[in-house]
Amino acid sequence: MGKIVGKPKGFADNFVRKPGSYPKVTHYCPGCGHGRIHKLIAEALETLDVVDKTVFVSPVGCSVFGYYYFDCGNIQAAHGRAPAVATGTARSNPESMVISYQGDGDLGAIGMAEIMHAANRGENMTVIFVNNGIYGMTGGQMAPTTLDKQVTSTTPYGRDISETGAPLKMSELISTLDAPVYVERVAVSDAKNIMKTKRAINKALQSQKDKKGFSFVEVLSTCPIGWKLSPSDAIDRLQSQMETYFPLKVFKDDTETRSPKRLASALPKDEDIINILGVNDETVLFKKDEGFIKNFKDQRVRVAGFGGQGVLMAGVTLAQLGMETGLNVTWLPSYGPEMRGGTANCHVVISNKPVGTPLVELPNVLIAMNSPSLDEFLPIVEKGGLVVVNSSIVTKKIERTDVKAVYVPMTDIAESLGLRAASNMVAVTAYLAFTGVMKLDQLKKMLEVGFKKKDLLAKNMEVIDKAYEYVKINCL
Amino acid sequence: MKREFIKGNEAIVKGALLAGCTHYFGYPITPSSEIIHLVAKLFPKVNACYIQAESEVAAINMCYGASSAGRRVLTASSSPGISLKQEGVSYLAGSELPCVIIDVQRAGPGLGNIWPEQGDYNQVVKGGGHGNYKCPVLAPNSPQEMCDLTIDAFELADKYRTPVYVLTDAYVGQVMEPVTFPSTIQKGERKDWAVYGDKNSSNNLISSIKMNTVEMEKMNILLQEKYEVIEKNEVKYAEYLVDDAEYIVVSYGITSRIVYSAIDTLRAKGLKVGMLRPITLFPYPKKRVAELAKRVKGFCSIELSNGQMVDDVRLAVNGKVPVEFYGRLGGAIPEQDEIANKIEEFYLKA
Repeated sequence: MGKIVGKPKGFADNFVRKPGSYPKVTHYCPGCGHGRIHKLIAEALETLDVVDKTVFVSPVGCSVFGYYYFDCGNIQAAHGRAPAVATGTARSNPESMVISYQGDGDLGAIGMAEIMHAANRGENMTVIFVNNGIYGMTGGQMAPTTLDKQVTSTTPYGRDISETGAPLKMSELISTLDAPVYVERVAVSDAKNIMKTKRAINKALQSQKDKKGFSFVEVLSTCPIGWKLSPSDAIDRLQSQMETYFPLKVFKDDTETRSPKRLASALPKDEDIINILGVNDETVLFKKDEGFIKNFKDQRVRVAGFGGQGVLMAGVTLAQLGMETGLNVTWLPSYGPEMRGGTANCHVVISNKPVGTPLVELPNVLIAMNSPSLDEFLPIVEKGGLVVVNSSIVTKKIERTDVKAVYVPMTDIAESLGLRAASNMVAVTAYLAFTGVMKLDQLKKMLEVGFKKKDLLAKNMEVIDKAYEYVKINCL
Repeated sequence: MKREFIKGNEAIVKGALLAGCTHYFGYPITPSSEIIHLVAKLFPKVNACYIQAESEVAAINMCYGASSAGRRVLTASSSPGISLKQEGVSYLAGSELPCVIIDVQRAGPGLGNIWPEQGDYNQVVKGGGHGNYKCPVLAPNSPQEMCDLTIDAFELADKYRTPVYVLTDAYVGQVMEPVTFPSTIQKGERKDWAVYGDKNSSNNLISSIKMNTVEMEKMNILLQEKYEVIEKNEVKYAEYLVDDAEYIVVSYGITSRIVYSAIDTLRAKGLKVGMLRPITLFPYPKKRVAELAKRVKGFCSIELSNGQMVDDVRLAVNGKVPVEFYGRLGGAIPEQDEIANKIEEFYLKA
């Protein structure tokens, strides 16, 4: 015959973490349900042979000291956050058994978001929800599950549910979600119900062991001190009032039909990281031309136009070409609300010296793809600077005489080759062709290697050629 | 080694993977969202774990759970989101859990806007949550440093069992520059204190609660001792034209980039001005500031805030020379001439 009385293996032999001189007894008050529920968990861990694999996440509340008792890995969580903490743990070691043990204030009030979302994601964990309808440790205040008219230290005239809302039925709520595999409400009120509680906890943990996902066991429990009742009167109240409002039943049980989740261990392999980041691909496109770098004149460029004209990409292309030729470059976009509606623009600096500010306050090049951009940025162009204008859209000539202007029908050139979206490539080409600051064949080489839409590469090359022809004939 | 033209925010994600980060938990917020976007793209491909959490609070607590389980974890947000995370950061510090937190600062208070500001200095550098803790804070000013300092942050976090911040801003997050990535991958070691859900770790406890005041004070003192070691060993800063400088500008993040340019302008005019750029904000380079205070005419702190870092400069200078402050607020970015004029004004006054 087996052992009848004794400590289950899930418990430490002596509660050495507990301060004081009684290492064999718990800190719980006489008649409190926590001790009983702890014992049922400890027994289940032994039965399922998972004590060493278990990580017990304790909440804030009376069971904050769960780690005094459970002889397994323990994590103490912030108020209400145990399901989020347990998520992080479960996603780290899928073989571990993660228990989130929570009270009613922790789970149903301050931690409502965390419990609903952990349940909805179907995390492979077991939540033991101890519902005694009161905040025990903090001093007997109202919980989200406090019954109507119940007197607590924050409802001294009795809970008025017309003011505070009705007691929350968490099992009912959780069972409306698709992901949870098993949801049951039980009570530690009498021998029969305690046995049912034992079976529920076992079932939940077995299901977790089988990697079937999220289980939720709500245990109605007593708090004689908070309720201001004797332990035996507390049991009476549990049966007559709590069990009436919170029906004991299985709300959901898919443990038989649910197939196990495939849980990744989240251990990336070095070679996968190296491959996806491409950190070993060394592509030097161009041999460094020291003379070119030495004589390079700083380019401080603003590219501006409508959203959708590829303004930001034009800037990236220029900066990237600068980088490939061995220069220092930065690119900074305008973003967010500024981009919705009006103009989009970006700042590009290309220099043979380290770049300080990436903001181009005094551009020596402005590429204006539409009229509002020209109006906005023309006044800040440096004296002697260059303005490249998209003459397909901007019909006027610029008024300033102290800057150079080049007019190129960017949209028309791109459209004539059936690639309206490439007007930005016309802009880049026109600027490079006119100034010669960087070479067009290097631009082409860079695009050949790096252009993402390979099917459009040939068309873009044609656009570059045609834009170059236009500038050569009309602008140089 | 690969050089790539890349956004600061994206350099963080690649740096994190190279630092051995296996878990990311976060909530999207502008101007940090490129981080979660790239994480969502890359992490599933390399069998790393990523969850878009239901809230900033949940995200930082997921970090707490994964860090408890011995993993290298990352979360990122921007100012209002960092305010929300503070509870969790206090718990991480109290339970001595490593975690890397990115703050891509935007303007506040309240919802503010999405433009760069440095108004989180106090909430990030001085603790921020409840209790007597601080976190090491690294302040990149370029995409290259976004990568490098993220890697450093993971090392520091493990070395000292502490949450570590990378404090940056909307512009350093959005700017694209060439970044050279290392081709080696760092690894988190097995931690003898973590909870792995196995026999060898089954006696471990992750907790910040000590009901006994003697024990709790002891714990607090241990934390302070740890911060002293960090102050002794981990200070980092960069200098620009400091050797012959008569006046020192202190700035970090995007502001320091504008100050570089402003100093060039002032040097061209013959003003002997240099910059001290703290790379670690905690620990602050206060020894270096104190040394310089013995020989320069004065300091100024240029910030995108109402004057938060300047307090640290003043503490280190300790009244030896004048310390001035100039700041812009609400996402407004000072122009380099505006900064140059201010510095010149302070310089002439000193």
